[in-house]
Amino acid sequence: MRSSEGLHLKTYFLLFLMVTFGPVGDILLGKGMKTVGVPPSWTPPEILDFFLRAFASPVVWLGIGSLLTYLICYTLVLSWADFSYVQPASAIAYVIVALLGHFWLGEYVSTRRWVGIAIICVGVLLVGHTAFRTTERH
Amino acid sequence: MSLESALLALIVLGGTAGELCITRAMKVVGEVHDFRPLALVRVFGRAMRVPWMWFGLALMGIGFFAMLAMLSLENVSFVVPMTALTFAAGAYGGSLFLGERVTPLRWAGILLVCLGVVLVVQGKG
Repeated sequence: MRSSEGLHLKTYFLLFLMVTFGPVGDILLGKGMKTVGVPPSWTPPEILDFFLRAFASPVVWLGIGSLLTYLICYTLVLSWADFSYVQPASAIAYVIVALLGHFWLGEYVSTRRWVGIAIICVGVLLVGHTAFRTTERH
Repeated sequence: MSLESALLALIVLGGTAGELCITRAMKVVGEVHDFRPLALVRVFGRAMRVPWMWFGLALMGIGFFAMLAMLSLENVSFVVPMTALTFAAGAYGGSLFLGERVTPLRWAGILLVCLGVVLVVQGKG
């Protein structure tokens, strides 16, 4: 019983870290890439220049750091939990992205998009009611 | 196919296949019990010796660079929700490639997530 509680606790804790660092990383990358701008053409030298300018941005690096933290938590939780559980359960991050995009970057989020995000949340709740490990332990 | 569609395909397919490969590698490594920094370094050291991890990282790298390019073209609150298409691909892949039991309740949740994605896409602008 205690072992099962511990497993739940570490699963939810890592999911919490994922939905925190993932959206923050996406937002920082979005903010950083907006300052880099679109390349005039998609030729190899232009693409190289585009990525060099992107990697010169501290905001892009902060975003990469956040996404790396997210990736570490994601990788650890996948050592015991189902991929088809963890992936949709982490979708609560989409709500956080929309909120941050709206309130931090000042992006417009329409009513229909808010409804879509609410439905995503209901879907995540349903997935959250399934067992997080359905395969044999290795 | 527009540039945005091609980038979206790379984000969804590259990202999902990469994550499935990484899951396979972590299942080979086994459940992590010790979360102290040194123990985690050892876990990732073991994971790096599993070829699936390298396949996964390469595929996720492709998805990441496609995402970076897409974010320079579109708003983040539009781009990121679109990547929710990976949930359907992920559940299907998890069932086929990893032998996970995707119950009707889990499928229902995933389909709702996909429906939410359609509304999010339609709500653009």
